[in-house]
Amino acid sequence: MTAAHRFTPLQRVLHWSMALAIVAMLFIGVGMVSTIRPDYLTLVSIHKPLGLAILVLALVRLAVRLRVGTPGLPRDLPRPMKLAAQLSHYALYAAMIAMPLIGWGMVSAAAYPVQVLGVTLPAILPQNDGLHTLLWNAHRAIAFLFFALILVHIAAGLFHALVRRDGVFEAMSPVPTGGGVAEPAE
Amino acid sequence: MQRPSSPGSHVGSLVLIAAVVAGGAAAFAYTGGFLIPGRLTPAKLVDALAPPTGPVLGHRRNHAKGICFLGSFTATGAGSALSRAQVLAKGTYPVIGRFNLGTPDPGTPDGDVRVRGLSLDIEPADGQPWRTAMIDVPFFPVSTPQAFYDLLVASGRKDDPDAMKVFAAAHPEIGAFGAWARSAPFTASYAEERYNSLNSFVFTDAAGADHVVRWSFLPAAQPEALSADALKARGPDYLEGEIAKRVAAGPQSWLLAITVAEPGDPTADPSKAWPEGRRTVEAGTLTVDRIVAEADGPCRDINYDPTVLPGGMRTSDDPFPAARSAAYAVSYNRRTAEAGDYPRDAVPGAKP
Repeated sequence: MTAAHRFTPLQRVLHWSMALAIVAMLFIGVGMVSTIRPDYLTLVSIHKPLGLAILVLALVRLAVRLRVGTPGLPRDLPRPMKLAAQLSHYALYAAMIAMPLIGWGMVSAAAYPVQVLGVTLPAILPQNDGLHTLLWNAHRAIAFLFFALILVHIAAGLFHALVRRDGVFEAMSPVPTGGGVAEPAE
Repeated sequence: MQRPSSPGSHVGSLVLIAAVVAGGAAAFAYTGGFLIPGRLTPAKLVDALAPPTGPVLGHRRNHAKGICFLGSFTATGAGSALSRAQVLAKGTYPVIGRFNLGTPDPGTPDGDVRVRGLSLDIEPADGQPWRTAMIDVPFFPVSTPQAFYDLLVASGRKDDPDAMKVFAAAHPEIGAFGAWARSAPFTASYAEERYNSLNSFVFTDAAGADHVVRWSFLPAAQPEALSADALKARGPDYLEGEIAKRVAAGPQSWLLAITVAEPGDPTADPSKAWPEGRRTVEAGTLTVDRIVAEADGPCRDINYDPTVLPGGMRTSDDPFPAARSAAYAVSYNRRTAEAGDYPRDAVPGAKP
């Protein structure tokens, strides 16, 4: 466990740019499958490269996290909250990495050409009805779970910032804030 | 550590947090159309295609009756004047195609179906396929995807004899289709049909100039005109047997003619034909070499989504390709999930 009180600037930039990208991605996804208007094609054409970008950023972010670590959680944080924080972060990372791969696999399993910004990517699976169905259902289900998890994540962040005022939010806040006083974690 | 002393002082913060979560969830639900019952979703459009007895599981939700073929497209290179796509550059490219009938029920007798279709997946070596799904009608029945949905709903209202009259009054363009459907003769073969894109697309040439186009595949075979009754007399699945025999006896071919719009032509409305005399480019020849039953045929796994286009081709201001793409994806998702209901060893022509 590192003794730093805040995530590094690189980690904060990754967090907030990905937050924006992922929330946009989920709204684009749920919106595009609900319309037959020409927006459908526009949204699909953003969805694919944005998904690929999120996959790359997520892998970079995971590597950075494994290398530089994270500020510890406050010592007085109740055990259930600590556990929830840890598990939800595993789930967030899993979703960030799995969703683009599932999407790529699903498009491949439907024998669609995988075209991103005019570039044709290789199919990562052969056409297969069963795989396509499995991956499509997973993509949809995980999208809703991912969005729910993000709402919980936002609620928890705000809870730390406004109610507990324990420095956890400040560790990741995009700019230094005067509100919370970071307390040494360990 | 600054800990407020009384729990009451947290109420404002907790209300704010609850509002942020509720607002986020509501915005998501709104974007997904869950709060807007009137939104025409792809699922609703596909639902509306179903016959009164419900969709036929495992099959395409429209143009459900069809047969696969293998062949090739030989481009003359003349199309390169319009698009830089490799598929129009001089050369020969493999094709996986499908002849089909415009019905949601693969068990419909041939003589009961007015609209015939041709779908192509042309695969040049650069990995950028061109998919197109065309029909033999010279113009589309309606001007917009919403009107198409309204047409499906109105024609499904068997309880309301006025539903179609009300629809026709609001969408007079349907009259031309009605006149065509009543007067145009049937032909005796899939090989004798002219198939039209109807939708317009934008082709971009190597110099970067855009050309708005529509295209047609013109048959080499001489059409044999048939009345509906004469076609019915030949049997419910006559067309599939006929095309299989005909192609076994010799390859069948079509000429690809690409028509270029002039300023002011109705590019956004496939119910309106463009005036005669437009520049037309003869871009190549489609050759059909081998017919394969659909159940385990190479076309079964392909979604002939007309927005699967190579670089050098893109959608235009015509709203239909986007709507078709969205709806075809739903049809594909459903039928592949139901693949067990359409066994790959199903006997061709047997009732599903």
